[in-house]
Amino acid sequence: MEHIISVTVENKFGSLSRVAGLFSGRGFNIESLSVAPTLDPSMSQMTIVTSGDDRIIEQIVKQLNKLIDVIKVVDLNESDFVSRETALIKVHTRPEDRAEALRIADIFRANVIDSTPATYTIEVTGDPQKIEAIINLLQPLGIKDLTRTGRVAVARESIRSTSVQAKKVARE
Amino acid sequence: MKLTGAEILIECLKREGVKTIFALPGGVVLKIFDMLHQQKDIEVILTRHEQGAGHMAEGYAKATGKAGVCLVTSGPGMTNVITALADAYMDSVPLVCFTGQVPTSLIGNDAFQEADNVGLSRPCTKYNFLVKNVAELATTIKEAFYIATTGRPGPVLVDIPKDVSMDKAEFTYPSSVSIRSYNPVYEGNKWQIKQAAEAMTKAKKPVLYVGGGVIFSGASQELMELAELTHMPVDMTLMGLGAFPGEHPQSMGMLGMHGTYWANMAMHYSDLVVAIGARFDDRVTGKVSEFCPHAKVIHVDIDPTSIRKNVNVDIPIVGDCKTVLRELIQILHATVNGDQKELRKPWWNQIREWQQANPLAYQQAADGPIKPQHVIKRLYELTKDLDPIVSTDVGQHQMWAAQYFKLAKPNRWLTSGGLGTMGFGFPAAMGAQAAFPGRLVLCIAGDGSIQMNMQEMATAVVHKLPVKIIVLNNRFHGMVRQWQDLFYEGRYASSDLETTPDFVKLAEAYGAVGLRAGKPSEIDAVIKEAIAVNKPVIVDVPTYRYENVYPMIPAGGCNHEMILEDPPALKNKQPGSGQVTPKDSDTILTA
Repeated sequence: MEHIISVTVENKFGSLSRVAGLFSGRGFNIESLSVAPTLDPSMSQMTIVTSGDDRIIEQIVKQLNKLIDVIKVVDLNESDFVSRETALIKVHTRPEDRAEALRIADIFRANVIDSTPATYTIEVTGDPQKIEAIINLLQPLGIKDLTRTGRVAVARESIRSTSVQAKKVARE
Repeated sequence: MKLTGAEILIECLKREGVKTIFALPGGVVLKIFDMLHQQKDIEVILTRHEQGAGHMAEGYAKATGKAGVCLVTSGPGMTNVITALADAYMDSVPLVCFTGQVPTSLIGNDAFQEADNVGLSRPCTKYNFLVKNVAELATTIKEAFYIATTGRPGPVLVDIPKDVSMDKAEFTYPSSVSIRSYNPVYEGNKWQIKQAAEAMTKAKKPVLYVGGGVIFSGASQELMELAELTHMPVDMTLMGLGAFPGEHPQSMGMLGMHGTYWANMAMHYSDLVVAIGARFDDRVTGKVSEFCPHAKVIHVDIDPTSIRKNVNVDIPIVGDCKTVLRELIQILHATVNGDQKELRKPWWNQIREWQQANPLAYQQAADGPIKPQHVIKRLYELTKDLDPIVSTDVGQHQMWAAQYFKLAKPNRWLTSGGLGTMGFGFPAAMGAQAAFPGRLVLCIAGDGSIQMNMQEMATAVVHKLPVKIIVLNNRFHGMVRQWQDLFYEGRYASSDLETTPDFVKLAEAYGAVGLRAGKPSEIDAVIKEAIAVNKPVIVDVPTYRYENVYPMIPAGGCNHEMILEDPPALKNKQPGSGQVTPKDSDTILTA
């Protein structure tokens, strides 16, 4: 089963290779991995999409926790979460296709962020199914280049704690 | 006062109480060696190969319980020490390995003797550091020792570029260290411990399955108390030998692939397995799906990843063995009232039956070829009162040593378990001897593995480390040959060494002492002579070439299905019978 694991690590030289090396060394799957600094620049946030049965996921979480540079590991599948991925798609556009490309982008609420006489670069954000769907529709036009960020995810806040948070903010 | 990086390193080592380091110099660490040369507090043992330095540091660590320290140069120096790091990582040996690195300005340029030390060592160290600024050196070293020796111990590498060893910085050694992302758990969960105690009082057929974690945690005393309180049999892993006295009536000896018949049978038929500081290695579990089919499993380990990695666990307890055992004992003292012995009587009767049915056995004819087991048995009997430290290499001799050399105390057994590193034994013995100059240190080796680090004999002679090596010489990679006999129809692909050097002359060539026992009757005298000499000794014992280690659970086999003796096809196999090439007919190598 697919799991999204959120990992907070020390923002240090080598932290990424320790995490990546753990997955390759122990034969764990890694479907995507995204990493960037957090609000606190001494830490980085990784979102890892992986898969395996419960025992493997338990091992992945434990092994990640065992890495000295790892500060916190959360298996997001244990609660509710939201996830998004962004893709940048460079599509060939013959004159007769240009309107069609824009229509497709529109359907998916995607943006054209670069345009040349022969191409559009389209930015789309959503869940993996949405990204797959727009790719499928654009493919007949001819996709020249495709870059995906891999998924990022965050746990959904429960209604209760959100209202508490709101109050706190209001008071401030 | 400002000190150079090299001086800071030495000051840090002194503050960590390091008395001995194992080292081999090279271009980028010359500054460090130069400073070491000008001080008297730390002894530098110059090895002949960096792998030797690593294993010596391991032997030192295993015998003392403190971190072993080695220092090597960049590039090939570092790559040579990797085997020892991987070995230490598998067997949880606290090690701090300092490596030289090319100057920071050259890193990444493919400079002379450059290697990516941090990248190369990442999968075989608990942690590693590249020190880019001399101002960070002291804190880094403090952290390195802290990480190596706490939690589940392991090797830590500190990579020091040449300029960092020469630059100056204000020296202050931090008195304590805290790493926000590293907080080993020592206290076990109280509820779980209570559950474990309850299960232990109820079990009719329990087994304590103990590993090296008990030794690193210093929990032998607690283990003894627990075992006697609950009257449970104690199975030991290869790494756990010595955690419980081998001659104690509750000792079952080693379990696993070449464990005793009764230790493995007890595991298979038990209703409760209490694993303490052991990790359910495949050499112990055999076929996982049929491992301990009737048993509830309690697992005490400081490393959460060990729990439920290979087998399912009913009561997991993450914590330090010593701390957890103490709590367990406390609870059990309150609940157990002498009825345990009675409760487990039928279980012990069963175990005694197993012990009588298939004891460890070999046949030594008075005038026949020497049997390797006999050598170890005699070695044990002649030295047990001297409380020796015993190291082994890897292979048949290691298994026989594990079976026949019954250790009374912890930290006396130096062996390569997880990685199975041939060539480990001799340097490890030297490391232990360096820590305890007055003690008797034995190295039981095979003729194959001793040749893998033979060069360290020069180190032993120079540094006066009077290790006694007993070479069980069958001119085979014996364990490989055994597997070929059992599973490859006796085709000895690259396992026959055909000839070995004359170990007596070899020892003498190094300035050590060489002795040989050619007949069973000579064994005792030669061992006594070796012990009496205050020099490194090689005792060459040509043994029967075709002896196999039993019991044996074939890889992936089930624990109660052991091979107990040579199958008929092998039994009739005599040298010269056709299955064996004629040149093997000389079962005894004559001097």
